Amino acid sequence: MPRDAASVWRSVSAGGASFAFVALLSLSGFALLLVIAGKNPWEAYVDTVVYVFGNAYGFSELLVRMTPLLFTALAVALPARIGLINVGGEGQLYMGAWLTTAGELALQDHSAFVLLPALTVLGFVGGGLWALLPAILRALRLVNETISTLLLNYIAPLIVSYFIFGPWRSPESSSYPQSPAFVEAARLPTLFHSRVHIGLIFALVCLALYSLAMSRTRFGLEMRAIGGNPAAAQRLGIPVSRYILIVMFMAGGVAGLAGMAEVAAIQGRLVSELSPGYGFIGFLVSWLAGASAGGIVAMSFLFAVLSSIGDMLQITQGLPYAVINILLAGILFIVLGRRPVASAAR
Amino acid sequence: MNTALVLGVLASAIASGTSLLYATLGEIVGERAGIVNLGLEGIMLVGAASGFAVTAMIGDPFLGVAAAALAGAAVNLVFAYLVIGRRANQLATGLTLMFFGFGLSALIGRPFVGTLIAGLPKLQFLSLGSMGNPLLAYDILVYLAVPTAILIWWLLFRTTWGLGLRAVGESPVAAVAAGLSPGRLQYQALTIAGLLGGIAGAHLSLSLTLTWEEGMTAGRGFIAIALVIFAKWNPLWAIAGALLFGAAESLQLQLQAAGADVSPFIMNMIPYLLTLLVLIVWGWSRQAAAPAALGRNFVGVE
Repeated sequence: MPRDAASVWRSVSAGGASFAFVALLSLSGFALLLVIAGKNPWEAYVDTVVYVFGNAYGFSELLVRMTPLLFTALAVALPARIGLINVGGEGQLYMGAWLTTAGELALQDHSAFVLLPALTVLGFVGGGLWALLPAILRALRLVNETISTLLLNYIAPLIVSYFIFGPWRSPESSSYPQSPAFVEAARLPTLFHSRVHIGLIFALVCLALYSLAMSRTRFGLEMRAIGGNPAAAQRLGIPVSRYILIVMFMAGGVAGLAGMAEVAAIQGRLVSELSPGYGFIGFLVSWLAGASAGGIVAMSFLFAVLSSIGDMLQITQGLPYAVINILLAGILFIVLGRRPVASAAR
Repeated sequence: MNTALVLGVLASAIASGTSLLYATLGEIVGERAGIVNLGLEGIMLVGAASGFAVTAMIGDPFLGVAAAALAGAAVNLVFAYLVIGRRANQLATGLTLMFFGFGLSALIGRPFVGTLIAGLPKLQFLSLGSMGNPLLAYDILVYLAVPTAILIWWLLFRTTWGLGLRAVGESPVAAVAAGLSPGRLQYQALTIAGLLGGIAGAHLSLSLTLTWEEGMTAGRGFIAIALVIFAKWNPLWAIAGALLFGAAESLQLQLQAAGADVSPFIMNMIPYLLTLLVLIVWGWSRQAAAPAALGRNFVGVE
């Protein structure tokens, strides 16, 4: 862990350089696409910059897009520190949203002072329990957590669909099933008269706690010891299995908070298409950020900008969204190929 | 359960297990060479879309299958270059390949959404004459699936090439000491894996659904990766695994067709739950035999 000023600066500048590289690469990639499509990339960029950064609304939407990625990236970074690969952010997000909705339906007569803390805890617990299953299987050395978290991603949305097509189906939603709208007291407060919600603050607090815990606490020290060499950590008397359970529960909980925020702030109800792959994008964000809290904020912001540009180009230039997916994947390929093996998701 | 239901489940288990078998065989070859490819889902999607596009445009499903296999191999070579040539992280690169395949297949399939094709012709054997349907009425890919598994088994376990490939998966350093070139063998393995993954996708769109839909593989690529563990990295065991999962999928369809009063969402969970359950049982019996160097990048010999 870097402590002295010189090594801190080295890691910051390395992070900055890789951020600049990804940013430059993606912007030139989009420009190339536009040229191929016969458009003027400069004009499109000026339009986009004016739209995204030129007014408070565009910028606030970036923060809205960035919020779930902060959570899902942290959900990957945390277990990565003890050598676990959590690819289940998507499923954990859905189960966090699911338990949040269950809580809202049960407690909706209470005031916001009861509801909001309760829903936040339920969102965390919903995602956490969903991650606890692969954690138990891993701790018992039964199933590798990579494959179990991947499979659970496909089950969670089916549970959500079952409830909104069945027991929780709102009577008003005939063609497009969804749960009844959350009561006003269960909606997360928004900031600056925009769609930016308090979930952003939660995410930043979680990241700050993560950073502090990793560098300043015994918990973080022991996590790093397990990540470095699990067998040695076990011999030193560190309860490795207990760490697997606790860390995965917290990671799933953090992803669950993303789901909580989606239903309680953005959608205002449980819907079947909650996430356009936030869990998977979070994995890539975390990987690119090298699991550092500051890196996660920077890379999430960059991904938010890129997806906004993608949306803009889709609307104004008529590029199909698939092209934007391909471009993002292409950028990641280049970054992956450029990076030496040692700095894989830590 | 009556006989008709059992026969129906069995027949559609074979049909829907075929795609899984090809995908699993491809992943086994790659993993035997020490490389985990989480991008199998993306390869299958690209195979399904390009096979469908070629069939819809030219009208020849066999050309469609060939195109799917080549497209699968082509995208897997991108993955191969990154993890072998550039020593990129296998898991992150695999997931990125899944994204890439999702986008690319959506682009390829876009003009063909809603198009219906005739698909691969069914070859009928053991006709019962006027008694009813013939016992065997499948397309050529179904008949070739088990022979392909046996061929892959023979290649891996009965040839010098296969011995070298497995050596790379167990210990690349030892393989180099024996005069082998790990990188070249891994490229060959991933080319085969891409071809088979593409065919797996093609069987979905050209035989089972006969339409193209974005993301139509619905996690089958990940189930196939789990089946590799179930099969203990052995192509012959993969046949049993693919049949079991084909049966789970078809039982669900048959029950729905029979009007069983269970939510389709609960039934759709069956294949994923079954996969997890099988992995748990396998983990319990502690018989897994993963290649020792699986997932690690070979960085050369000092």
